[in-house]
Amino acid sequence: MNVRVLVRLKPGVLDPQGRAVHHALEGLGFEGVADVRVGRLIELEVAEGTDHAALTEMCEKLLANTVIEDFTIETEGA
Amino acid sequence: MALRAAVITFPGSNCDRDMASALEAVSGQPAIRVWHGDADLPSGLDLIALPGGFSYGDYLRSGAMAAQSPIMRAVIAAAQRGVPVLGVCNGFQVLTEARLLPGALMRNAGQRFICRTVRLTVENTSSPFTHGFAQGEALRIPVAHHDGNYFADAETLDRLEGEGRVAFRYAESVNGSARDIAGVLSANGRVLGMMPHPERAIEPAAVPALGGADGRRLFENILAALASA
Repeated sequence: MNVRVLVRLKPGVLDPQGRAVHHALEGLGFEGVADVRVGRLIELEVAEGTDHAALTEMCEKLLANTVIEDFTIETEGA
Repeated sequence: MALRAAVITFPGSNCDRDMASALEAVSGQPAIRVWHGDADLPSGLDLIALPGGFSYGDYLRSGAMAAQSPIMRAVIAAAQRGVPVLGVCNGFQVLTEARLLPGALMRNAGQRFICRTVRLTVENTSSPFTHGFAQGEALRIPVAHHDGNYFADAETLDRLEGEGRVAFRYAESVNGSARDIAGVLSANGRVLGMMPHPERAIEPAAVPALGGADGRRLFENILAALASA
């Protein structure tokens, strides 16, 4: 089973990387970009039937730092 | 006064020798070197030091992988028994990832790696690490980091300040840290995480700009705390 975990900085946490990318886009002449935030996509291949609770635990213990990050779990076909 | 100190080395640590050398310079006793894959710490430790560097290549997040290594279970257990733990730079990042200290260290606000001596203000004078300093005293200690931008929510920051758990603040603009926090203590004051490198300020340099000895006093504080315990 394929699982995609999206890790994002929490709303309200300043994102220096996003800000730098935003400035770079402006420097390239792209207009109308209001904000940029940089996150992380983690793709997992796990045993069929791995339950959501186990995936959540993986996120909370390692994949995300819940002090600063939120995560969403997408399972293939779900 | 003997100091039985352990320095943990993770793959990618690069200040472990400096830390061991500083401890030996101050205490006269060689530090015990411990590898990240060890399951147990030596017995009877007076101090555990987590050094700077780039453990596990900063994969995932700075300190995140090291926080899950076998030795960290033993470090967490020792900290819970009250053994003093000092985490410098990457060591601070590991301590937050291991949840021994609150908050997180994010990418520097200016995006750049910062490597220079900075001015700090002493905010706590009651911990084993800081009791020999004067409140508000100015120190000069080098920093060398890319991810030193301390973050915690406002409620946590208020609590840290209210409980006197901010050990040091930057006295100048450095990396965007919340409330200029450079070092944080645990609730019992026996775990200190700090981004500046006291082990790099152990002896007066021939060129004053290159360092100084303010870091040495932090290690002397630890020794003195032990002697009076």
